[in-house]
Amino acid sequence: MKVSYYPGCTLKTKAKDLDFYLRKCAGVLGVEVEEIENWQCCGGVFTTASDEIATKLSSVRALSEARDKGQKLLTVCSACHNVIKQTNYQIKNDADFAARANNYMQQDVPYEGEAEVVHFLELLRDEIGFDAIREKVTDALKDKKIAAYYGCLLLRPGKVMQLDDAENPSIMEELIEAMGATPVVSPYRNECCGGYVVLDDAKSAEKKSTAITENAKTMGADMIVTACPLCKYNLEKHDQSIPVVYVTELLAEALGIKEGV
Amino acid sequence: MNKKAIRDEIIHISGVNPKKCMKCGKCSGTCPSYNEMEYHPHQFVYMVESGDIEPLMHSDSLYKCLSCFACVERCPRGVEPAKIIEAVRLMTVRQQGANHLKSDAIPELLDENLPQQAIVSAMRKYSK
Repeated sequence: MKVSYYPGCTLKTKAKDLDFYLRKCAGVLGVEVEEIENWQCCGGVFTTASDEIATKLSSVRALSEARDKGQKLLTVCSACHNVIKQTNYQIKNDADFAARANNYMQQDVPYEGEAEVVHFLELLRDEIGFDAIREKVTDALKDKKIAAYYGCLLLRPGKVMQLDDAENPSIMEELIEAMGATPVVSPYRNECCGGYVVLDDAKSAEKKSTAITENAKTMGADMIVTACPLCKYNLEKHDQSIPVVYVTELLAEALGIKEGV
Repeated sequence: MNKKAIRDEIIHISGVNPKKCMKCGKCSGTCPSYNEMEYHPHQFVYMVESGDIEPLMHSDSLYKCLSCFACVERCPRGVEPAKIIEAVRLMTVRQQGANHLKSDAIPELLDENLPQQAIVSAMRKYSK
């Protein structure tokens, strides 16, 4: 299968591993990843106000391009995924916003929410299947105890994201198990790491991040897996005693295809 | 803008109906930034409803909200407090000269690992 791919700004700079290993894993799993042309930054966070139009147009452009190609739009950064999925939801459910966005963009065919946004985790679960992954993995992660960290952006708001049960998710634990490791369930796995507030109130972010890493360690994890560059940054900045790895990097290791970027 | 116009605008752009709130306090109970906030999520809801918005617009609480949507997810009445906080924040930062984070301040905040995502997100939440 072929999918349109929206990497996002951070995957070209500070989170190159997240992007590099997504492409490696997709290749091995038989998914052709086609980066959309001329994509622009999603803005990192979705603005919920209904009169915010311009800040959502980069997402609409990316969605339109996937729609025109008849492909799903693949994301992996939790922030890009959240912003683009929420924008798609607003286009579908808010006629006034859809009219204003389309009026501004003057496209040949107005965009009305036709594209489907899929996160890399959804692609693994729904298109490839965890059983197929189980058959392909080596025993590289055997004996590893791994805590999944979802954060906020992948899951909430649940009625929009629909990636998993927002309060009791299991998609990453199922993947960890399929990769041959032991999932460790931390009750802090869907609490916020502090996000962008690290720039305004570093102490606040430190409190949130350390609660998460301390809890993962208490539950017996030797590493934490995430899909979000900002979560990774916050968790690592405030606690260097437990490694935090990207989900794509971990999958590459499980598949036996990990090499330097 | 007069008080009533500000209230109506916040309700309009947030899409939130504060009358649905049954004052259970679950939004504030689940808010990870509760301790950093002067006004808590449930207070944003009832102070907007009653038109007492000035104190909210001048409070640092606007910038403590993580936009994590925990209150949105866990509100039993679907009030979605984070959307009200966002609307009040926009009423403030959309005013001339009211940016909470200015681009000149960014270079000092950088470190070698800071992801771009943090900067664009903070600029979007704190500035116009």
